[in-house]
Amino acid sequence: MKRRWTLWIAYALLAAALAALPFLVEQNLGRTWVRTLDFALLYIMLALGLNIVVGYAGLLDLGYIAFYAVGAYAYALLASPHFGIHGPFWALLPLGAMLAALFGALLGAPTLRLRGDYLAIVTLGFGEIVRIFLNNLNAPVNITNGPQGVNLVDPIRLGNWSWGRSQSWLGVEFSSAQLYYYVFLALALLIILASLRLENSRIGRAWEAIREDEVAAAAMGINTRNIKLLAFAMGASFGGVSGGLFASFQGFVSPESFGLMESITVLCMVVLGGMGHIPGVILGALLLTLMPEVLRHTIVPLQKTLFGQVVVDAEAARMLLFGLALIWAMQWRPAGLWPSPTRRRELARRQQPEAGP
Amino acid sequence: MSLLEVRGLQVAYGGIRAVRGIDLDVPEGEVRCLIGANGAGKTSTLKALSGLLTPAAGGIRYDGQDIVGIPPHRLVRQGLAMAPEGRGIFGRLTVLENLQMGAYSQTGSARIQSSLERVFELFPRLAERRRQTAGTLSGGEQQMLSLGRALMARPRLLLLDEPTMGLAPRMVSAVFDALRLIAGQGVTLLLVEQNARMALRLANYGYVLESGTVALQGTAETLAEDPRVREAYLG
Repeated sequence: MKRRWTLWIAYALLAAALAALPFLVEQNLGRTWVRTLDFALLYIMLALGLNIVVGYAGLLDLGYIAFYAVGAYAYALLASPHFGIHGPFWALLPLGAMLAALFGALLGAPTLRLRGDYLAIVTLGFGEIVRIFLNNLNAPVNITNGPQGVNLVDPIRLGNWSWGRSQSWLGVEFSSAQLYYYVFLALALLIILASLRLENSRIGRAWEAIREDEVAAAAMGINTRNIKLLAFAMGASFGGVSGGLFASFQGFVSPESFGLMESITVLCMVVLGGMGHIPGVILGALLLTLMPEVLRHTIVPLQKTLFGQVVVDAEAARMLLFGLALIWAMQWRPAGLWPSPTRRRELARRQQPEAGP
Repeated sequence: MSLLEVRGLQVAYGGIRAVRGIDLDVPEGEVRCLIGANGAGKTSTLKALSGLLTPAAGGIRYDGQDIVGIPPHRLVRQGLAMAPEGRGIFGRLTVLENLQMGAYSQTGSARIQSSLERVFELFPRLAERRRQTAGTLSGGEQQMLSLGRALMARPRLLLLDEPTMGLAPRMVSAVFDALRLIAGQGVTLLLVEQNARMALRLANYGYVLESGTVALQGTAETLAEDPRVREAYLG
């Protein structure tokens, strides 16, 4: 009874902290940091989606960002002056998720027999194909507006409320970035909840079996084809939701945002945090979104105080430190910073001498 | 009518035919074995029977029904299960989780619980180690787990692919003792083995595969006495 109370109090404190966060951040660090926080939440959603494919089902996907692109463009094209269509947010978001899921299954179907490196190559190609299509579908019929991208995408709107400008509610002034924060937080929590439920479900166990040994999984009576397609579709749908949110938040989408580097960044979040472990993946997403921003704001001043001039420019130093941090992490925490108990078990086993016959 | 009837089975990888038209029968309640050297087509045959490979030609009837083209997960639900080569246990999961995965096709927790008790009765070692990660078991224990996990699906016919591969001699006899017990519970077995001596001691009837065809067949006693078998496989 007492434990339950403390648990509830902990939850209440966490909820209060999450609710107050955008205000504390805006007051102490400024509005750009609220935007960074919003992006961190978007990346949490993306990383959790990729975690289903890579972490749960063990299928290495290097083209994951394509689903983010599908979600973003689905929203942008149906809620902007580009076609003159202004669909409602609450309908477009699920539509984007479903479309992304369809693309997920579309990618999954021809790659069912592939694993490891081969799957990685095909998924990488798929990601590039989607980006190149977006880049070139402006002729003969202009669908995506090519490299210029789609501009003036509608912000989230519900009735008279628009997330695109500051609003006051109960005498409190909310900036646009703060308003988005609450929507992103709500959807991120929803995605965390969905991931938790999936992990402990019959489907989650089937993914685990496929990851470990596909032939054995089939021999257990698992329909490996459908279960793998489901992993692709599920993961993709999370990406689609994030994409729609991204388009509405940014107000602008272009193929540039969906390059290979983005796919790799999201994969790094999953791997660095701890594949298949939700808290780890969240930590990885937070670190890899916030750390570059922190570095961006510290590298130049630091060099000025140390050397009196800028030796390495901020962007280069940031990538360098970022790379070093990843190498360090993989050397010392190969299962990720916050690995799941099973994964930790497995790595502990590897360090023991081989079991006898 | 036999529980499993195979007629003219051919399995090909690209242009290479690994199995070139074989006939097999496994009557209900019997133990039959498939022996032969490496590359004779034993594993390919078993993979075709369990639905993991689609045969190039030929017919497979299980319980009177044509099962060519039916995927493995549906065959498991009909009681045709397989313990794959190389044990195929889920190394990161515990022994208990592995066994629960074996009951994936089953419904009803009481039924699954009774299967579990039956497996633990058969392999007390697994009960002792139920909380241990499967990857940390010894080779013999992993094989026990693989068998136990296959039994969790309550098979009528169990296909076994080299269950003693890579095991120490003492563990080999332990596995065969376990197979004898499983057969004693009324499960029909089709066993693929390189260890012809042990296989022929357990089985009622055997087939000798050579380059994808059945070179010899007969009751276990006749095969064990056959000079060709003695020379090639019993040494």
